[in-house]
Order: sequence, then structure tokens, then C-alpha cells
Amino acid sequence: MQIAPSTRNETMLETTAPTDAEAGVSVRHLNFFYGSNQALRDVSVDFRAREVTALIGPSGCGKSTLLRVLNRMYDLYPGQRAEGEVLIDGRNILGPGVDATSLRRDVGMVFQKPTPFPKSIYENVAFGIRLHEKLGRAELDERVRWALSRAALWDEVRDRLNASALGLSGGQQQRLCIARSIAVRPEVLLLDEPTSALDPISTLKVEELIDELKADFTIVIVTHNMQQAARCADRVAFFYLGELVEIASAEDLFTRPREKRTQEYVTGRFS
Amino acid sequence: MSGSALSFARRRRFGNYFWIGLSALLSVGIAAILLLILVYVFYQGVTSISWAFLTQVPHPVGVPGGGVGNGILGSAVIIAIATLIALPVGVLTGIYLTLFAPPRLAGALRFAADVLASVPSIAIGLFAYEVLVAPFHHFSALSASFAFSILMMPLIIRTTESAIRLVPTDMREAAVALGATELQTLFRCILVAARPGIMTGLILAVARVTGETAPLLFTAFGSQFWVVNPNQPMAELSLQIFTYAISPYKVWHNQAWGGALLLIMAVLTLSLTARIAFRGKVTANL
Amino acid sequence: MGDGATTTWAAGSGRVSRPESGLARHAFMLTVKAATAIFALIMAGLVLVLVSGSWASLRHFGLRFLWTSRWDPVANVFGGLPFIYGTVVSSLIALLLAASIGILSALFLAEFAPRRLSGLLGILIELLAAVPSVVFGLWGLFVLAPVVQRDIGPALQAAFGFLPIFKGVIYGVNMLTASLILTLMIVPTVMSISRDLISGVPGRYREATLALGSTRWEAVRYVVLPMVRPGVFGACMLALGRALGETIAVTMVIGNRPSISASLFAPGYTIASAIANEFTEATSDLYISALIELGLLLLVISILINAAGRLFLARLDRDGGRA
Repeated sequence: MQIAPSTRNETMLETTAPTDAEAGVSVRHLNFFYGSNQALRDVSVDFRAREVTALIGPSGCGKSTLLRVLNRMYDLYPGQRAEGEVLIDGRNILGPGVDATSLRRDVGMVFQKPTPFPKSIYENVAFGIRLHEKLGRAELDERVRWALSRAALWDEVRDRLNASALGLSGGQQQRLCIARSIAVRPEVLLLDEPTSALDPISTLKVEELIDELKADFTIVIVTHNMQQAARCADRVAFFYLGELVEIASAEDLFTRPREKRTQEYVTGRFS
Repeated sequence: MSGSALSFARRRRFGNYFWIGLSALLSVGIAAILLLILVYVFYQGVTSISWAFLTQVPHPVGVPGGGVGNGILGSAVIIAIATLIALPVGVLTGIYLTLFAPPRLAGALRFAADVLASVPSIAIGLFAYEVLVAPFHHFSALSASFAFSILMMPLIIRTTESAIRLVPTDMREAAVALGATELQTLFRCILVAARPGIMTGLILAVARVTGETAPLLFTAFGSQFWVVNPNQPMAELSLQIFTYAISPYKVWHNQAWGGALLLIMAVLTLSLTARIAFRGKVTANL
Repeated sequence: MGDGATTTWAAGSGRVSRPESGLARHAFMLTVKAATAIFALIMAGLVLVLVSGSWASLRHFGLRFLWTSRWDPVANVFGGLPFIYGTVVSSLIALLLAASIGILSALFLAEFAPRRLSGLLGILIELLAAVPSVVFGLWGLFVLAPVVQRDIGPALQAAFGFLPIFKGVIYGVNMLTASLILTLMIVPTVMSISRDLISGVPGRYREATLALGSTRWEAVRYVVLPMVRPGVFGACMLALGRALGETIAVTMVIGNRPSISASLFAPGYTIASAIANEFTEATSDLYISALIELGLLLLVISILINAAGRLFLARLDRDGGRA
């Protein structure tokens, strides 16, 4: 299903540089600091549109930090700052005058642990939509149904849309959160270890879902699990100590890594 | 479409700043009122305070001078006796409910302490009156101490409990491993470690009753003289402030401000001491 | 609230310690249990003694006591309605103001303020709770009451004079002044409990909301605050309990006139201040008994409200405020 393209640009951009269809998100010479600790060092990487890019690497390598730069979540915390450029549709989202609120509408995020709001299933999905758009009842219902279907949850919850979201299983909750994120129709979807709190069957469902969603969204996923990266990513980026060591197609990175550090990591020599 | 969407975004942004601004304004405003009260009490009260004010008994209207010396003494006596009652009862009850009571009884006691902590002090004053004043047909400092001790108990019980709970299990097990008996472990290890927390509770409890006035109206009753016999009606600082404040005389109002300055300094010192000295050690949550 | 703490001593160490030589342990347990019994006895005695003290009035007036408003010591006729009215109205107004101010400032301190500012403001607001009642009364009587009479009252009357609650002669000592003083006294309760609850909501809920493109206020208002609503409600109940029983400060600024007036600018009277003013002057046994009945009423209401408030807080504590 194609998302309506006509409403896309109104909240995004004032500059309308020509967009590179290949690069959904371009990171250029990004440095990131937690106070005086540098967490990312001169990272440059492209996340291509309609592809899944997985970020892997040992704990503390900066992969989650990079994710939190892409929707400027770090803004919340004093002392954290980013230098460099992150271009989405040709605009530097780290630049001055960028409204983080409308940026985050275009860049959705799903977290490690499910975060259902203590509201009904319907209200969870409608919540984000209502923040940005004033829709009529029928339109809203339709959008909620669309998002839940897209997140492969509709059939399981269609009969209990008004039941509390807290009653769903962990896997369902995570898919609900995905539905909630895509309901505002972002361009980019960030997934921060979305299956690390789930059982294997739920994990499988979410992975299938990710594969489905890449038709509509630019997806960046952080994962600890290399099999998962191999299964659902088109390209995989390996980070180590705040640096991007290499990025390649999943097959190349896992079978023919160019860098010694990558090889050591993917063969389990360190972690 | 585009225009209305933009104004919608602008309204949301405005709402964000408005509410954050309002919340900031209110917090600062409320905090400022405390400072305002402190400054005003200091400004009004400081001129009344002198050596005579601290050491003399009140003079009748028209006779210049006089002080709240007997009130200060009375406060000290009444609170000291109240502490002698509340401390052992409170700490022992706290020990029982934390370490020995069956869970349901412990829950009930905890709940009772919490509820007692919020019973209006005037009702406790009536209780003390019925138990210790009416049967003996005279007011007494002792009955005031009894009322105060009831106000102190729940605080002491709950802080004792949380202080004991905060003693690491390792420490207890180490004592036990050395062959200490149950009571040795309790007295030489647990209570020693919990002492700062219990002290905090005690200080908070003393602070609470220092600022209390209502139960004194019909227990200690007040007095114009130096009294040390706890079986007699006795002056008390906050009670004197109340009496002076509602009197029609300007000179007495000044005495009230002077007394208020003493009282507020005493209470704030106690509160800040408890807060700073034992920060984070106990959660009284009252 | 350490209620959920894991190990009690007995359970944690499985009583592996050497048993005492019988006598010492028995003596100790006896002492501890005696102290607990004293505490329990005081709790029970409090209610029983006030019931027995108000027995004469209870028998004489029955339920009429609650809704008749003639309070006439000379004729020995006592109806408590004006005091009940004054108590309820002043406390509810205070609660309304304190809940709005307390919750908003709790949000500011927990969510928006820089850490050091939040700490400083938090201490100042909490210290407000430590200011003695009589000092609030003194300040209310000599500072706030004139301001209410001269500035706040006329301003409200000019703006909202068509409302019955703002009609009539403006006194300095009146229901409004009492409500404002009560507000200051109970704001810290609402603020400090709410702030701790809000701070306890895991950060990922804020982030998840912001990640949808919400503003910070929207995240707090529509997600964080609803998660702690029962607890905040409990905090408000505790604050209400405190307002209902507050005596000295209210006595000093409410005007102490046992009449029911729609206007907040008119003097009123509360249960607690009636007891404070009249108890030592009560001459007849029935008069004393009627005052004790007022005290009993206050006791029962405040126990109920506090128990309810704590149950709300405990429920949230058990659920942990988490999904």
C-alpha cells in the first residue's frame, strides 16, 4: 500500500533541495558527545530509501546513539550534543531552526521494550495521528485500521479495539507500537532492538513485518542479534568504539568482511 | 489544508510553551511565597527579640517589656516528655512491625500509623483532654505531652521501619555468621546501622510538634508564670503566639512576631537538619 | 515507600541465628509486643473516647446534628451545619487551587526544570509544609487578609461580581482568605507526592510519545500524567484530609462566624476552629459533648479520606505505575 504522497512535504521542509532517491538518510561526519565523552567519531553513512539497514556492534559501540541522533531524541538530555550533518530529503536535521516535533513525525521510532500507553488499542494508534492531523471520525477509523493491518495486528485485535492495550501479549504490544509509529506516516522508521524483549515466535512475526514494511519506509534497525541482521537487513553496518568500521550488503558483511575487526566480531571472536 | 495544518502546528507549539511557562511560574511563585513569609516574619520579629524577650515571662498589657521565656521552657518540657513517651513506643513498634509481626498484622499496623499520622491534631487534643484533663479536673503539661507523643509516634514508627529495611541483608548475615544471637544481631548490628535513620525520624517528629498549637488549647492551656511541674498548666511558645496574635493590642502583636521568628527558625532548622544530615537515608513519606 | 522491600529479617535470614537463651528473648519480645499494644490501644482509644465523650450529644440530637444550623449555647441547642459547611467549602476550594498548582509545579520540577533548579524549588516548596500553622495564621491575619480585603476581593468582584460567591461586603478575614492559606499549607503535599510519582514513570514512555512527534507538554499531559493519575488522586485526598483538620491558621483568618453565606467574602467557621475557640469556654455538659461530637466527625471524615487516599497510592505502588 502506498502512502499518500501529497501531504508529505507540508511539515518537513522549507528548503527543497533535490532529493537523492537512493539516500533516504545521509549522515555526514557525525560526532556525538555525552558531556565530554565522545560516543560517535566522524561517522558518514547512507541509509537508502526502501531498504532495511541494520546497525550491529558490541555494547557501547554507538549504534543506539546514532539512532537517537536521527530523530534528535538526544535533545531531551542536557549535555548531549551532535556535530556534523544528517540529511533527510536534503535538509540537515541537526541544523538550527529544525523543529524536532515535526522531524519526529517524519522519523518514527520503536523501542526495545514495548511502550503501550495505558489507553485502549484504538486510542494508542489514534494518539499520534491526532497530534498532527484533524481527521473526521471515518478517516481516523480508516487510518487506524490501515496502521493495524500494516503492522499485521488487525486480525488479532479487530474485535477488541476498545480493550486496554496493556492486555496484549508482549509481541502484540510491540506490533501495536509499530502500528502507532507508522500511523503518522513517517518516511523513516527507527527500530531500537525491537525484539530483544520478545519470545522467538513474536520475534519472527516482527521480523516478517519489517520485511513487509520496507516497501514503504526507510528502516534502520539496531540489533544485538547477528542472525536477525542477516535475516531482515539489506545492508548491515558494523560499529566499533564509536566508529563505523564497514557497511556492506548483509551477505558480504557476514561472509566476506573487508575489515579484520568485522571479521572478528561476526565470527564471535569478541563481543 | 496546508494553511490550517501549519496553524495547528503553531497552536501546538504555543500550547507547549504556555503550559511549561505556567508550570514554571507557579513553582517559582509558590517557592517565593515561602521566602516572602520568612522575610516578613524576620523583618517584623527581629526588633522584638532581645535578651529580656527570651528570658522573661509575659507582662500584662500596658507594662512594657516581658517575653516568652516561660513559653520556650514550656515547649522544651512538653516536647521532652512527649519524646520520652513516643520514642520507645515508636521505635519498639517499628521493630516489631518490621521484623517480627506476621505480614497481615504488619500491614495493618503500617496502615494504622499512616492514618494516625494524618488525624487532625485537634481531635488528638480532645482525646488527651478526655483521658488526662477531664478526669483530674485540671489542665496539665503532661496531657499536652501525651497528645504530642501521639502525633510523633507514626512518624517514628515509619522511619524506624524504613531505616531497618535499609540495613543491607549482608550485614545481618555477617553478624549471624559470626555466631551472634538474634538479639545481638538486632542490637549490635541492625539498630546501630539504622540509628541515623531513626534519628531523622525523631527530628522530623520533634519538628512537627514544635509547630503544633491546636491540641495545647485544652491540654497545656498556657500560663503567665514560670512553671516546671508537668502536672500544672504550662505556657508554650506557639500557644503564646496564638494568644498574642488574636489579641487587640499592637504591643502584643509585636510579641507574636518575635515569637513566630523564634518558632519558625527552630522548626526550619530541625527540618533542614533532618534533610541535610541524612539525605536519602529514610523515606518518611508523610 | 519501602512496603515492597524484599526481606524482613526473619524471612531473609531464615532465623539461622543462634536462638537466645529463652529468658532474654522472651523479655524482649514481651517489651516489643507491649509497645505495639500501647500503640494499638491509642488508635482504638482515640475513636472510643471521642464516641463516649460525644454520647450525650449523639443521643440528644441524633442525625439532626448534621443538618441543623442553630448553634445556641444559651438554649443548649446545637446543630453543626455551619461548621460542616465552612469546613467543606474552605477545604474544597483549597483543594481545587492546591491540586492545580501542585500538579503543575510537580510537572515542572519532574519534567521541565533543570536539575539544580528543580532541587532548590523542591526544597523550598517542601519547607512550606514545615512552617508552623500559627505562623501561617499570623501572616494570613496581618498580611494576606488586608490584601484580600483591599486588592484581591475588589478585583474578583469587579471581574466576577455577578457570581453569588463574589457578592456582598468584603471582609478581610473570610472564607476566601482561609482557603488561600489552606492552599499554601497543602500544596507541598500534592506537589511532592506527585513529583515523585511522575519521576518514577520510566523514561521510555516519554521518548515513545515524543518519537511520535508530540511536544514535551503533550507527552507529559497525555501519557505520563495519566499513568500516575490514581496516585495523584491519592495525594489530593491526603491534602484534602490535611485541609479539613487544619485548625489554628484557619481559626485566625476565617472570621469565626457560625453562619452560612454563599459569598466567599463573608466570614465563616470550621469544625476545627469551633472546637479551638469554644472548647475551654463550654459550660454545660451538652455543649462540651456537642463540641466533642464535632471532633469525632472530623476524626471519622479524615480517617476515611486518608484511608481512601492511601489505598489509591498503594494501588499505584503495587502496579508500580508501569504497564
